[in-house]
Amino acid sequence: MLSTLLSQIVNGLVLGSLIGLIALGYTMVYGIVQLINFAHGEIFMVGAYGGLAMFTYLLPTALKNHWYFALPILLIVGAAVSVLVAVAMERLAYRPLRGAPRLAPLITALGVSVALQEAVRVFYPNATAAVPFPTIFVPGTLIIPIGDGIPIKYSAILLVVVALALAYALNTFVERSRMGRAMRATAQDPDVARLMGVDPDRVIVLTFVLGGALAGVGGILYGGLYNTINIDMGFQNGIFAFTAAVLGGIGNIRGAVVGGLAIGLVKALGGQYLPGGTAYDYVWIFVVLIVVLVFRPQGFFGETERVRA
Amino acid sequence: MTSPILEASGVTMQFGGLRALNDVSFGLAEGEVIGLIGPNGAGKTTLFNCLTGLYAPTSGTVSSRGTPLPHDPARVTEQGVARTFQNIRLFPSMTAEENVLVGRHVRMKQSPIISLLHGPGFRKSEREARERTAELLEFVGLARFSDELARNLPYGDQRRLEIARALATDPSVLLLDEPTAGMNAQETEATRQLIFAIRMLGTSVVVIEHDTKFIFTLCDRVLVLVQGEVLVEGTPDEVRGDPRVIEAYLGAPPDEVEAQIHEAEETQ
Repeated sequence: MLSTLLSQIVNGLVLGSLIGLIALGYTMVYGIVQLINFAHGEIFMVGAYGGLAMFTYLLPTALKNHWYFALPILLIVGAAVSVLVAVAMERLAYRPLRGAPRLAPLITALGVSVALQEAVRVFYPNATAAVPFPTIFVPGTLIIPIGDGIPIKYSAILLVVVALALAYALNTFVERSRMGRAMRATAQDPDVARLMGVDPDRVIVLTFVLGGALAGVGGILYGGLYNTINIDMGFQNGIFAFTAAVLGGIGNIRGAVVGGLAIGLVKALGGQYLPGGTAYDYVWIFVVLIVVLVFRPQGFFGETERVRA
Repeated sequence: MTSPILEASGVTMQFGGLRALNDVSFGLAEGEVIGLIGPNGAGKTTLFNCLTGLYAPTSGTVSSRGTPLPHDPARVTEQGVARTFQNIRLFPSMTAEENVLVGRHVRMKQSPIISLLHGPGFRKSEREARERTAELLEFVGLARFSDELARNLPYGDQRRLEIARALATDPSVLLLDEPTAGMNAQETEATRQLIFAIRMLGTSVVVIEHDTKFIFTLCDRVLVLVQGEVLVEGTPDEVRGDPRVIEAYLGAPPDEVEAQIHEAEETQ
């Protein structure tokens, strides 16, 4: 009994950390340019494929079996691929539409999302089906000796630790650095930020770079944990992450992480204990979202609508 | 004579059919304080917007020490022109200290990578920025509100915080747009003391104010703007006695013109 509950909490926290990591990208971009970047899930997906390509075709066989070589290389390559795609996306798809009615970039985001999925399907070998992904970390499972034992994969521990560490680093960066303050200032009043010498283009690019890097790292950790990736992974987890960002209060960094963890827990525990089992776990996520939004439309940490002069 | 630290020559700003500024020219010398007065809707704030690169003038140029200023507010700030706003424009959800730190933006050097890793260069630049910020908050009398969110500050303090934020950019020219608007008598007095203190620092200032008595005691020179044109320019004594100024102030304020300007500015 107890061990089932604890195992599901562990599962929830693992999934929640991943969702939180992706949600940071949604929430930052929304905070700065008020765009829901629906293609952000695909940024997560291309990071995973980029890392896999590196592992399969470029990494010398001698290094493949040593995780302390392979893992950092894959994380960096995954992040780099995601950052490149995210920056290209901003430059080519969103920047020309700056100042256009909100609906235009939103529809564009959906288009970019489909385009990226199809690009990977067409150009990555055998990407029409799920492709296997190496573990790239200490294989196996740790059994925490409580009750009947609570299993947790080492790769899952890695995911949680890296995700929370990155979220913490991001928060510190945004709270107390020159560019971090410039980001917050731009989010609050872009015109005045410009008058203080903040270049909005730089802030926007930095936002996509940071969000892309986190998503790319997330993609690698996801692949290492589940040992399979597919071109739909971005869409699925992207929807969860977007929901997490809204739940936590869109535009708020802490909110994205808390929202992610909340969604992970609801999915794991709802699938275990609520009627309908895992077939209904998606339903509970959105039930929670709706209930929270009814009582607290700005999300957990969101601010109530600001009046802008 | 060296070229003026800020110079407008032939600045004209046209919004559709409305000419908000017509051929405005003036020069601001180093350390000089110029008062800009005129009835509502005369184009005073529009002129500030042209000077800071928010608007690109329809014709005419704005230059600093002989070099034209770009129509890009961020770069104008970098070149040493800072301003405050008629209606307060602070970053409401940041603390007083953070607001001033944003003002430090152009004077700080930090690479994002070093910042993420909290390298030594990062810590040094943060420390210096915070020290300067503390000085400025002290200077405007807000040291005790350092950690307070800007939106929670009393009205008069918000205006002074805007001044501190503008000073944080190390401006050689400070543009103040009605710095005492909406203040009670006590706050007004404190702010005037502050502006006199800024004058003592040697910063060149252009200040928009309605209170002519204050302008005449503070400024080296006064510009009277009426319907987008410089009506009179001169020392306080010259301007005070000019019959055209008295007429412009006593004559019916052109409310219609003001309404048109606002409308035109919003559609821009």
